[in-house]
Amino acid sequence: MPQVSLTVNGKSHTVDVEGRTLLVEVLREKLRLTGTHVGCDTSQCGACVVQVGEDSVKACTILAVQLDGAEITTIEGLAAADGTLHPMQEAFREYHALQCGFCTPGMVMSAIDLVKKHPSGLSEQEIREGLEGNICRCTGYHNIVKAIAAAAEVMNGKRSELARAAE
Amino acid sequence: MNVTLPSAVSSGGIGARVRRKEDLRFLAGRGRYTDDLVRPGQLHGWVLRSPHAHASIDAINDAAARAMPGVRAVYTARDIEAAGLGGVPCGWQVTGKGGKVMAEPPHPVLASGKVRHVGDPVAFIVAETRAQARDAAEAVEVSYGVLPALPDIGSAIAPGAVALHDGAPDNLCFDWEIGDQAATDAAFARAHKVVRFETTNNRLVPNAMEPRAAIGEFDPDSGEYTLTTTSQNPHVIRLLMGAFVLKLSEHKLRVVAPDVGGGFGSKIYHYAEEALVTWAAGQLRQPVRWTCERSESFVSDAHGRDHVTTAELALDADGRFLGLRVQTLANMGAYLSTFAPAVPTYLSATLLAGCYTTPAIHGQVKAVFTSTVPVDAYRGAGRPETTYLLERLVDVAAREMGMDRLEIRRRNFIQPSQFPYQTPVALQYDSGDYEATLRQALDAADYAGFEARRAEAKARGMLRGIGVSTYLEACGIAPSKLVGQLGARAGLYEVANIRVHPTGSVSVFTGTHSHGQGHETSFAQLVAEQLGVPIDMVEIVHGDTAKIPFGMGTYGSRSLAVGGAAMVKAMDKIIAKGRKIAAHLMEASVEDIEFADGRFRVAGTDRSKAFAEISMAAYVPHDYPIEELEPGLEETAFYDPKNFTYPGGCHICEVEIDPETGGVEVVKFTACDDVGRVINPMIVEGQIQGGVAQGIGQALIENTVYDSEGQLLSASFNDYAMPRAATVPEFTVLTSTTLCTHNPLGVKGCGEVGAIGSPPAVMNAVVDALRDYGVTHVEMPATPVKIWSIIQQGGAALPQAAE
Repeated sequence: MPQVSLTVNGKSHTVDVEGRTLLVEVLREKLRLTGTHVGCDTSQCGACVVQVGEDSVKACTILAVQLDGAEITTIEGLAAADGTLHPMQEAFREYHALQCGFCTPGMVMSAIDLVKKHPSGLSEQEIREGLEGNICRCTGYHNIVKAIAAAAEVMNGKRSELARAAE
Repeated sequence: MNVTLPSAVSSGGIGARVRRKEDLRFLAGRGRYTDDLVRPGQLHGWVLRSPHAHASIDAINDAAARAMPGVRAVYTARDIEAAGLGGVPCGWQVTGKGGKVMAEPPHPVLASGKVRHVGDPVAFIVAETRAQARDAAEAVEVSYGVLPALPDIGSAIAPGAVALHDGAPDNLCFDWEIGDQAATDAAFARAHKVVRFETTNNRLVPNAMEPRAAIGEFDPDSGEYTLTTTSQNPHVIRLLMGAFVLKLSEHKLRVVAPDVGGGFGSKIYHYAEEALVTWAAGQLRQPVRWTCERSESFVSDAHGRDHVTTAELALDADGRFLGLRVQTLANMGAYLSTFAPAVPTYLSATLLAGCYTTPAIHGQVKAVFTSTVPVDAYRGAGRPETTYLLERLVDVAAREMGMDRLEIRRRNFIQPSQFPYQTPVALQYDSGDYEATLRQALDAADYAGFEARRAEAKARGMLRGIGVSTYLEACGIAPSKLVGQLGARAGLYEVANIRVHPTGSVSVFTGTHSHGQGHETSFAQLVAEQLGVPIDMVEIVHGDTAKIPFGMGTYGSRSLAVGGAAMVKAMDKIIAKGRKIAAHLMEASVEDIEFADGRFRVAGTDRSKAFAEISMAAYVPHDYPIEELEPGLEETAFYDPKNFTYPGGCHICEVEIDPETGGVEVVKFTACDDVGRVINPMIVEGQIQGGVAQGIGQALIENTVYDSEGQLLSASFNDYAMPRAATVPEFTVLTSTTLCTHNPLGVKGCGEVGAIGSPPAVMNAVVDALRDYGVTHVEMPATPVKIWSIIQQGGAALPQAAE
């Protein structure tokens, strides 16, 4: 059985995998990082998005054997060691950008990648189009878009603190 | 002297936008959904499903599968029947015309003798890994004798159509009616004008983002089974599966619904896989788990809508509605899912008055079996179908009468002074103000400024339209006595157990279930406000039959209207007992004890005791009226509603159509909904936004398509169009409140209004945008190819878009 070595959220792991084993199966079943979700089987929903190196990747779309030596960040690896949330996580909470929470990890991971790749800022339309690969059935996206816009200001250094949602 | 203390909950009580308690675990990836849970020694199940819409099962050869690595069992109908298991039950029996009860054919856990839809479970394979179970499923040889498919209502009711079930030779489940036919005929006889409208309410797949999953466990020492499942109502599953399928008593069956990733109705129902994992766990003495793949969800989760309706509206010369005649054919799918028979009847036809004073209404519903996935309640359940019908019909009527679309609505609105209002179709509305929600929405949408926007769009070569829907719906389905008369096989009350701990913290055990609705926050706000304790001292517990006394779960926007009312009732008992304890401690009479802001006070004095002092006294009863009062501070209440609640409101949609592509873009959407008292506006707005997005999805892109052989063509997210972030605009969501008059909180429910009010607003806007083409109706979904074709056909009449 092939073996792969991965660094996930800063920790090194060596795992036995089958040739057909997907990254998401390694994360969920071998490493018990169940924050990465499986919402479909056609790489459409985006609930399984994680960061692999510098890119966001749908973890249901890549075989574990392709990833020997890769650095991976999952939703569990976003908050600081003291529990301080990443600005994107904080923004999702502040703007009520999640309901059932199932799409949320992938949505947050995609959103972070989207903001990082647009350091000069994002329009509402760019955010909406940038979320093409993530489906949410609960929120209607309204608050997700607002949360990403607010988090982007912090991540891009335009604000030191997250803008509060309207009361 | 009376001292007024500041409220302990001034920042977290009713009306505050409290950030959600549940968010931290979801944002950190620490949600505990069913598929996240691991059981020691767990085995993995895989369901082998029918590839045919309709076929006899002539033989099953599972020898090769049984011999494959890791395989522990292959179960087929023969095993299920040998074990004496029952079929999947239906929870509602509709009685049709002439007292004829509905046809209720068997719904076996695994298909027996025949398969009746693509996806019908045929065998259940259990192995040590999921991959092994899946591989073995491919080795099960099933010999099918393919029979004619009945992929839609038309094919099922055609003369000479093959029967799907022996017990329903004409594929008819029931033929039902409501209202006064003679009075309606008389209204039509004196009508100035009769407007006729036909439509199909497109079939939808609910597609909660978390696929269904289930884990069965058996403890041989206690004989207790535990099912962990993706359910909106664990007690209902315990009842249906325990009593009807597995024949287990409640005390030996625990059902847990942990974090559940959305439901929208599709997770109300008892599904065969729940029974399979639970039963197999007992057979194999090891936990058995199963998780649905999305492709399986499409062919096994109950679908929604799929009504074919003809309506006629009789009007007088002033545009007043005189009578309404409606005939609906409702697709039940291959088997009766839990609530299916109630959806087109008591949840749909009873709403035919809408928010209008139509004096005579007659509705008929024929429910039909087809070789498709069972159809049941999906967000709104019957009310979106009726709302769409009425609000499109009213627009068509306005056009045919040459009347303004708003004026015809206003002329027929039930006025605030008319409540309680008895409709001709059984319901009695308690409150509402349809003019108020309409006016507020018109202002917020800048309706008056629309023609300028239309002209501006035209200058860009775009076709802009505006659509309005003024709707009413019914939530919190009840009372139990009434629904029992209508055929429900369960009560529809709700249960709350409130446990005040010695230090004054509070655990609330509710029979409702939260799968995105934020109950852990909004219910805590309610309890914090009523008991005067900080919100952080309140914990909401749901989703476990071992913890919660009983409950009917969450659907039909009932959780606050019914479940919240049960909490209020339980808290009233807590406060009543607290007053007796306080009276004893302060040597006053019970009648003189007042409770407010978390303190029990002797009226007219400065003597008072904090809530926590009373709870401590209840558990440490050293100085306590022990002769008359039991120690402890915990109360349970069952609340049976007196009536439905009636949310309503106005949705206004603006679209732009690109005549070059047929693409429809929602450019502006405004909703003003009356959902009664609002506990947490942030959560309510989120519910409405999500519902509106689903309504826009139904109107513009979502459709469930079977081919003539009964194969589901739209069976993945590649083929079934789900709304994405760029499908919908930023929403303007407002609320306007009239209080429900018959529940203690004055609440009405907000979970479904978005999906109910929005589709006709979108489609009225689409038709309005195409008005210069002579278009009077477009069927949902208004896909680009459909709109493009309409524009092409109307090309000759096309006004030239400005260059």
